[in-house]
Parts: sequence; C-alpha cells; structure tokens
Amino acid sequence: MDYFEVFISILGSAIRLSIPLLFTALAGLFSERAGIFDIGLEGKMLVSAFASACVAYYTGNAWAGLGAGIVTAILFSMLHGFASITNRGNQIVSGVALNFIAAGLTIVLGQAWFSQGGRTGQVPASGRFSSITLPGADMMREVPIIGPLYANVISGHNILTYIAFLMVPLSWWILYRTRFGLRLRAVGENPGAVDTAGISVSWLRYRALIVTGFLAGFAGTYLAIAQSAAFINNMSAGKGYIALAALIFAKWKPVPVMFACLLFGFLDAFANFMQGKSLPLIGEVPVQIFQALPYILTCVLLAGFIGIARPPKAGGVPYTKER
Amino acid sequence: MSTASVPLPGWINYGVIPLINLALAFFFSGIVVWAIGENPFEALQLLLVGALGRGEGIGFTLFYTTSFIFTGLSVAVAIHSGLFNIGSEGQAYLGGLGAALVALSLDAYVPWYVTMPFAVIGAALFGAACAAIPAWLQAKRGSHIVITTIMFNFIVSSLMNYVLVHMLIVPGKMAPESRTFLPGGQLPKLDWLIAMFGGKLGAAPLNFSFLIALIMCFLVWVLIWRTKLGYEMRTLGISPSAASYAGIGYSKIVMITMLISGGLAGMMALNPVMGASARLQIEFVGGAGFVGIAVSLMGRNHPAGIVLSALLFGILYQGGAELSFDMPAITRDMIVVIQGMVILFAGALEYMLRPAIVRAYQQFARSPAGGR
Amino acid sequence: MSFEPAKEPAIELVGIDKKFGAVHANKNINLTVAKGSIHGIIGENGAGKSTLMSILYGFYQADEGEIRISGKPVTIRDSQAAISSGIGMVHQHFMLVENFTVLENVMLGAEGGQLLRRGVASARKELKRLEDDYGLDVDPDAVIEELPVGRQQRVEILKALYRGAEILILDEPTGVLTPPEADHLFKVLRVLRDQGKTIILITHKLREIMAITDTVSVMRRGEIVATRKTADTTVEELAELMVGRRVLLRVEKGAADPGKVLLSVKNLTVKDSRGVTMVDDVSFEVRAGEIVGIAGVAGNGQSELLEAIAGIRKPSSGEIIVNGQSIAGSDPAMLRALGLAHIPEDRHHMGLVLKFEEYENSILGYHRDRRYGGAMLDLDAIRKQAEEQIVKYDIRPPNARLKTANFSGGNQQKIVVAREIERDPDVLIIGQPTRGVDIGAIEFIHKRIIDTRDAGKAVLLVSVELDEIRSLSDRILVMFAGKVVGEKSGEAGEQTLGLMMAGIAA
Repeated sequence: MDYFEVFISILGSAIRLSIPLLFTALAGLFSERAGIFDIGLEGKMLVSAFASACVAYYTGNAWAGLGAGIVTAILFSMLHGFASITNRGNQIVSGVALNFIAAGLTIVLGQAWFSQGGRTGQVPASGRFSSITLPGADMMREVPIIGPLYANVISGHNILTYIAFLMVPLSWWILYRTRFGLRLRAVGENPGAVDTAGISVSWLRYRALIVTGFLAGFAGTYLAIAQSAAFINNMSAGKGYIALAALIFAKWKPVPVMFACLLFGFLDAFANFMQGKSLPLIGEVPVQIFQALPYILTCVLLAGFIGIARPPKAGGVPYTKER
Repeated sequence: MSTASVPLPGWINYGVIPLINLALAFFFSGIVVWAIGENPFEALQLLLVGALGRGEGIGFTLFYTTSFIFTGLSVAVAIHSGLFNIGSEGQAYLGGLGAALVALSLDAYVPWYVTMPFAVIGAALFGAACAAIPAWLQAKRGSHIVITTIMFNFIVSSLMNYVLVHMLIVPGKMAPESRTFLPGGQLPKLDWLIAMFGGKLGAAPLNFSFLIALIMCFLVWVLIWRTKLGYEMRTLGISPSAASYAGIGYSKIVMITMLISGGLAGMMALNPVMGASARLQIEFVGGAGFVGIAVSLMGRNHPAGIVLSALLFGILYQGGAELSFDMPAITRDMIVVIQGMVILFAGALEYMLRPAIVRAYQQFARSPAGGR
Repeated sequence: MSFEPAKEPAIELVGIDKKFGAVHANKNINLTVAKGSIHGIIGENGAGKSTLMSILYGFYQADEGEIRISGKPVTIRDSQAAISSGIGMVHQHFMLVENFTVLENVMLGAEGGQLLRRGVASARKELKRLEDDYGLDVDPDAVIEELPVGRQQRVEILKALYRGAEILILDEPTGVLTPPEADHLFKVLRVLRDQGKTIILITHKLREIMAITDTVSVMRRGEIVATRKTADTTVEELAELMVGRRVLLRVEKGAADPGKVLLSVKNLTVKDSRGVTMVDDVSFEVRAGEIVGIAGVAGNGQSELLEAIAGIRKPSSGEIIVNGQSIAGSDPAMLRALGLAHIPEDRHHMGLVLKFEEYENSILGYHRDRRYGGAMLDLDAIRKQAEEQIVKYDIRPPNARLKTANFSGGNQQKIVVAREIERDPDVLIIGQPTRGVDIGAIEFIHKRIIDTRDAGKAVLLVSVELDEIRSLSDRILVMFAGKVVGEKSGEAGEQTLGLMMAGIAA
C-alpha cells in the first residue's frame, strides 16, 4: 500500500470521525459563549442518537429521524436551562444528572421497545443517510493526486457531513454578524451590560440553549443513522467530552473548532490505523496514547502552556441582579 | 417579601427537603417505568425485596454501598473546600492499580491482614496521584478542576487499558485482567456479619472493605469537623474572602484536599478488586465514581448522610439487578436513570420547591394549632 | 399658573419613599430638575443616593411616590422602561463588555435590526455625529479593555446618548478619572446641557459640585436636607449640610501618651486589578498608645490601604513596617504572628464565616495557635475562651454554639472585636467598626478601642463616620482620591474635615 493511498484513507476516516465532534463542539460553543457551562453534551448526543434511530426505524425516513433527534436534544437542553437559568442551579450538577438520565433512559427504552439488549433495530437503508458521490468524482478518480483526493476525501460523504462543514461558517456568521450573536457573546462576558441595555438575560440564554440542542441533535443523528445503522448502547463513548476538550482547545471560536475537531478526528483515525503496526526504534506505539492524546492536550492547554485559554467571563455563574 | 431569606429549621433543611426531592426523583422514574409498560409500584416492591429480603440480597446491597461510601466521601471532602471533584471515577480506577500491585507482590508471602494496610495505602496513594495534577493545575494555574478531572478520567482509562492489556495480563489468557490474587491478597467476606442477624451471605461479595469504609467515615468526620486542617478547608469552601483574611493558603488547601479526596476514591478499589473478584479487571469501577457525586449531594456532604445515601443507592443497584430478572424490560440501566433524577432534584433543582415550602411552613407556623 | 419662559421640569420626584426592611433608604424625596440643567446630588455614604438612582433606572420600585418625566407620570419597572422614558445611566462600575469594540458596546440592545451589517453603517454614522456634537472622541473600533478608563467612560455616555437619552444620570463619574480627564468630562457635560440635555450628577466631591452644577441637593440619612442654586451657596455651607450638626457621642478618654512607632507606612502605592491607583504614595506613622483615624468618604482608597497593611492585598510599591519589621509580601498569618490584629470593614464576608457557630468564629485567623490544640481542635479550650469573651463583651444571645448568622449586626461585630482585641496585639487596625451596629454596642466597642490605646497599643482606625473618627482619634488623617490630603489633631472641627473629605484643601 503506497503512502499516498494510506494518507487518503486516513484523511477520509478522519473527516468521518470528526463530524460528531464538530456538531457537538459547535453546540457547546453557543451555550458556553452565552455563559452556560454544558457538560451535558454527551447526554444530548445519546438521546438524539436514540430518538433518530427509533423514528428512522419506524418511518424509514432519515429526515424524520433527524427531526426527532433535534427535538429530543432541544428538550434536554431546555431541562438544563430550567435547572441552571430559572432555578440558578449548579450547571455542572445539572449536566452530570442529565448525562446519567440520558444514558439510562436510552438503554431502558431501547430494551423495552426493541428487546435487543438496549440497541434499536437495524434501520433500513431508506432511513439512513448514505454517502453522496459528488459530480465528476468517478471521472476524476484516475487523475493523479487530485483525483483520489476529490473522490475519496471530499466526495463520498453523507449529507450530514457536508452540513457539518457548512455549520462552521454559518455559526461564525450567526455569532459575529447577527444581533442575536452579538447579544449572546455579550451575555457570556457581562450579563450586567446586557441587563442594563434592557435585554432579558434569561431568554437570551434559553435561546442559546435551543441552538445548542439543535446542533447536538445533528451529532446524535449522525452517529446513529449516518455513521451506523442503529442506536447502540452508549454509542457516544465520551465524544461529548472530547468535543468539550476541542472547544476549549479552539478557544471558543468557530473556525478553530473545526480544525480542533479535525485534529482529534485525525488522531482517532491514525490510532485505528496504527493498531498492530510498529514504528522503527519505538516499536509498537500503544494505541492508548492516541486515545488519551486529546485529553492530555486539553489539560496542557488549560495549564496555559499553549497560550491562554480565556473562557467567557461569566461562564458557569448564574445571573442574579446584584443589589 | 422574598422567601429566599427566610431561614428554615434544621429538620426541614436536612429531612423534609431531601425527602421531597427523592420523592420527585422516584415519581418521574415511576413514570418512565409506567411508560415502558410495567407497574411502578410492583417494580418498587420487587426492588425492595430483592435488596433487603434475604441475607444474600442484603449482602449485595451492602457490597455496593461500600463502594459508594468511599466515592461519596471523596466528593464530600472536596466539596467542603469548595471544589467539585468529578474525577473520582478515574481516581478509583488508578487506586485499583495501587491495590493490585500490593496484592500481587505480597499475596504469596503474607496473610491478608498484613497485606491489607499496605493495600489501603497503595490504593490511596495511587488515587491521590491521579488527583494531584488537576489539583496543581487548579491551585497554580487556575485551570478549572471540573474539566481537568474529567479529562483525567479518560487519561487514566487509556492508561489502565494499556497496563492491563500489556503488562498485567496473564500470558496465554484473552481477558485483559491480572492474575487472580491468592488468599493473602484478598479481603475476607463478612459472612459472620450477616449471620449475626440470622441470614446467610451466600454468593454476595460483602467484604472487609465495608468496615474500612465505615472507619473512613469516622476519620473524615474527624478531619472536617475536629481538625485545624478541616477548619481551614471549611472556611475556604464557604468563604474564600474570609479564608484570605484568615491567612489560609489557597494553593495549600486545594492540593491537600484533592490528595485526600483522590485517596478516598482510590480506596474504593479495595472493594471490588480485593474483596470481590480478587483481581484487577478492566473498568471495574463501573460508574461508582459518578454515583459518589449523587451520594454526596444527597447526604449533604456529611458522613452520616453519605452512609444513608450510599445505602439508598446500594438498594437501588441490588434491587435493580433483582428487578431485571422478574421484569426483563427494566434493566440495570433504570437505576442509572433514577440516579440521574436524584442528582437533578437533590442537586441542580435543590431549591426549586423551597419558596413553596417556605410558604407552607409560614402558614403552619402561624396557625393556632402549630403556632405560638 | 405663571407662564415662565423658564425651563420646564425634565424630571420630578414626588414623595419617593423606599425601605429595605428596617433601613429607611429614601424618606419622602421631593426633587425637581429643570430641563437643560446640571443638577448635583451630594451626600456621604449611606445617604441614599444610590437607592434613589436605582429607582430611577428601574432596578428597584419605590414603595411610595411618583416619578414624572416632562410632567407626565411614568412607571419605571425595568431598565427597558427607563430607556424608553429617555433616562440614560452612566454607572459607577461600567456596564461594558470588555472584549467588544466601542461600536459593539454602543450598539448592544439598539442594533437596529437582526443583521448587524445593516445596523453597523448607520450606527457608525450616528456615533460619529454624537462624537462631533458633544466632543466625545473615541475610536469606534477600539477594544474596550485596551482603552484607558477615561475613554471607557465616554463609551458609557455614548451608549446613553445613542439610545436617545434626554436625562443623563452619572454616578460618581470622576472616581476613576485623572484630573485632566475629569476636566474633559465637565466640558462634555456643559455641551450636553447647552444642547438641552438634563444631567443629574451624583458625587461626594464638593469641587465638582461647585465647578459644574447649576443646582444642587444635599442628601443625608435618606432625606434631601436642602436644595440650592449652586451660584447661591458655598462649599462651607454644603459641607456643613452634608455632615450635619450632630450630637457627638463623645467617649470619655484621657490624653494620649504616644510611645514608639509601631506601624509605619512609607510611600505606599496600591493599584487595583485594572491598574487604577487606589492608594497614592501614602506615608504616615502610628505610635504605641495613640489612635490615628483616617477620615474620608468611602472609595477614596481607605479600604485598599487597610487591606494592604493587613496583608490581603499586594501594594505595587512602598513599605509597611510593623513592630520594626518590614512586612512586604507577608500574608495575614505572618502578620498576626508579628502582633497585628485586624477588624475588617466587611464582617460578613471577611471577618466572619456566617455559617460557622460562634465559637468557631472566635478563632478565625488564630486557629493555628497552640492554645487551641495541636492538629486537632481543642474544642473545650476554644469554647471556654469563647464563653469568656461572650461574658466580657456582653455578646447576646450568650450562646457559643449558635450559628453566627443568627446574631444581630452589633453582636456579630462584638464577636470580631472580642477576637481581635483579646489577642493583645501591638498594632490594631480597624475598618468601619460600628457599621450596622446599634447604639449600645457602639458605645461598648468604642470603649474597648480606647482601652486598647490606653494599654499602650497602636490603633489605626478607618471610618466613614466622621463622628466616630472625631470622638476616638488622637490624630486625624483625611484621605481623598488615594492621597492623604491633610493631618489634623483629634480636636479638628467637622467643617474643616468635611471640606477636606470633599476634596477642598484646608
């Protein structure tokens, strides 16, 4: 296998693995920029994966599945909002609680409805998002370098993947070019400034959480009916936390988030590739190092060793009018 | 007048409100049970009988309780200093390595009661080591300990995976686990305890670490409320500005607190590793670290409350296992749902009902029957 | 009804009354401010100025009374309502998003549509117009946190004007400004006034009142005690009205007999987290057996001075010498070991842990002492000492096991005072010892402070209550804008001191 082919294959894999991270990290971007710390991204991924798989299974319609995934994730987001905004509860506790509820509920309902040990039934092809071959891909395949790149890395993904990459400039645009984005960024830095300008802090934060739920819904749906063909127990496998790490690593900005997720996806793809292979001198590189790398990198970043990660100033703190 | 400033008597704060929160958690869980076509009341009955009906059931219940006491204490100690340690899962996992190394070295040479204190130290040291870096990052670099401890959960998971697959694995075997410890590296079962109440332990792995857990409860109580260090921890946790005024060093307290917290979580490993399976297995912690968060919150971060909440979750775990035999539709994972509900209502929505309770209390206090 | 071509009232307050529990923050306030004028409201801390302004901006609702804008009664329920009524507020602590640009801050809340692009162009134009019209020159693309404080304030003003404020309220605007910046601000205010805006200026600085206002009201203890045309009054009159002729609670004290210097502060400069100088090159000494009082309106650097001496805040330069030892970089524990005791200004957040039981607070800061045990707390010894202190200081209810939050303000303060004085320190530094304390406890605490002096200790007393300073101090230093602007004997007259406190040199 020549190196270029290997490279292409890893690259394609990296993109596929980065998509759930990308959707989730963008989801977290909106809530954190608004000052709501959301550990519950993992849970939202799970419930939306489950919901989309169920609906896609019964209706055979992938888009209906997506809709279900989005609605469910938004629901969980609203619960988080109810606890942390309206009731001024501890945001960590709320996120952890919702993650548990999501983990348990998906398996319990899955077992009750499908009796397959917690997974849903196999979703029919019509209920899945399948890969799309971009125009000219087959033609171009023979062209040296660009051909395989276009055919295997850029073309051949499912529509959610392309939507994910579209979400990056869209998120950027919302955050920096709309009124909503301006206010959202403001409320995460200085809720007092927003309050004295006559804007409701609560409602603004709730709306941020709706966006979070919306994007997280895509992430879960991708996992269940794009990347796979069913919901499997705990299929998010900690991706929600990696996405959080990517978000912090990218210093809470949309375009760096994309690169961070691609990086983590690449590490994941590379780890899969390296399994069983050895490097000269070092011998077999333990796959566990690649698995742990995103988390280690995040800690290094948080220690301030790769530049300062400055989170939104008002992050994690419930807003009360100080009098 | 704002209800937030009305003080409620102790029995309401520590008795009524947690009970109401628990009731809410069960209520919503019951709805889920009903939604999947089972009778919630029947389920509850099966659960309780399964957990407390026979000696073996009680044995299992107390076995789970032991783990939750350790992780609950771990979280509580950190909370007293104002720190949210989400990493007890990873700290317990690494603690298992510490305990296993001691057991593997000594089990052929000495009886269990010689191995035991070293194992306790080993487990605690390794657990503390896992907490040390996040502690340092928070104390010296201001990195949010919640995130770093979560990260370390995953880092330790990868590390232990490597250790078990490549270093401790028994040559020739497939399962990623260490060899079985000889009796010198095991903790004896507490069949005599169950027998004292007229029951039989049976297959339940309730073991000596339960007693260690209870001792730790006492020691934690002494630490927090009877030592000067505990005084400083509580001051920092309640009022960082008063701590600053009193000359209490932030970094010092953060480091010491997290090391103790990590150590307690590490000790959790003694229960499954040396007391039940007698070997180090992959992912043996099984979520106990996170349950510790629920246990600590419900138990108001006090050892007495922690024992009671740990018992509650032990009942849920064991009862849930039994329940899934009779009602296959309800799996162990239902317990995870209840656990999540408890954390939600006892934690994040803790004061949701407070205004209503204050009003009810004021009504009652004013009525001629209950008032002055 | 006379048809005066004179200015119509822009804003009228009729019978505004507000209570917070037992505290009567605003008592029957009646105020009329004419359109196109600058009206000053002057008063000491606790006079009720902030409450009044909060009512005008919708943060609080008055219990009674009415607000009229241009003759029409309005209800101001929130900041949105205030803005719609044409009221714009420039807060003492800026309400700006630090990492936004000037333009973004100004537009926040008045973006002119969902898409920023559309609003940005017109916002820029409008901003330019405002800048030109009123001389408020700021670069719209500058980031707030990179701007000097004076310019940040201009952004606050622009924000208000951008929303069409006709009435501008400025809350202690010059606290963070240098003198040239303050002058520039006044220039701007005059332009605004001449263009028909109405300005209400809240301040404790007499110089500003005389320099810029057309009319002035003096607030004291929740009431407006006088309203004058600025041209018709003098600083002396205003100072007197501000501090009032009160019956002095004079404590019995003998003459001081000062010994050697126990506390020496040399060229101390303290800056806050924003780099604003709060204590500016301050030097003074306190000897054994004397009480030095630092008078001044809150916010002039006294808190930062105390915190620096207590080891809680790091000074940027200068020396502090306690008992002959230079204490640069020391922490509070080391200072206590050197014989320094500190009764802090904020007993709720610093001096006490309210959730602790009384006896636990009786050792706060000294808990590491041998007499309270080794690694374990000797609860018997601690409780015994606490009970002794309770008796000696008449702390009520006499229950060392009661949660500190359940004690009254006066008794809480007595717990702190007992703890610090009973340590027999060589140097005692005190901040606001009788804030929120009832009369009986005040007398008690004052006596204890005198006793400490008579026992040959050095006492440094910081208080915003001029009475207290005058009745206790042997020497009085007045702080204004971070500097010690004068030193008088303890016998100095209140008018003299009042002028110094308000920035008018003696």
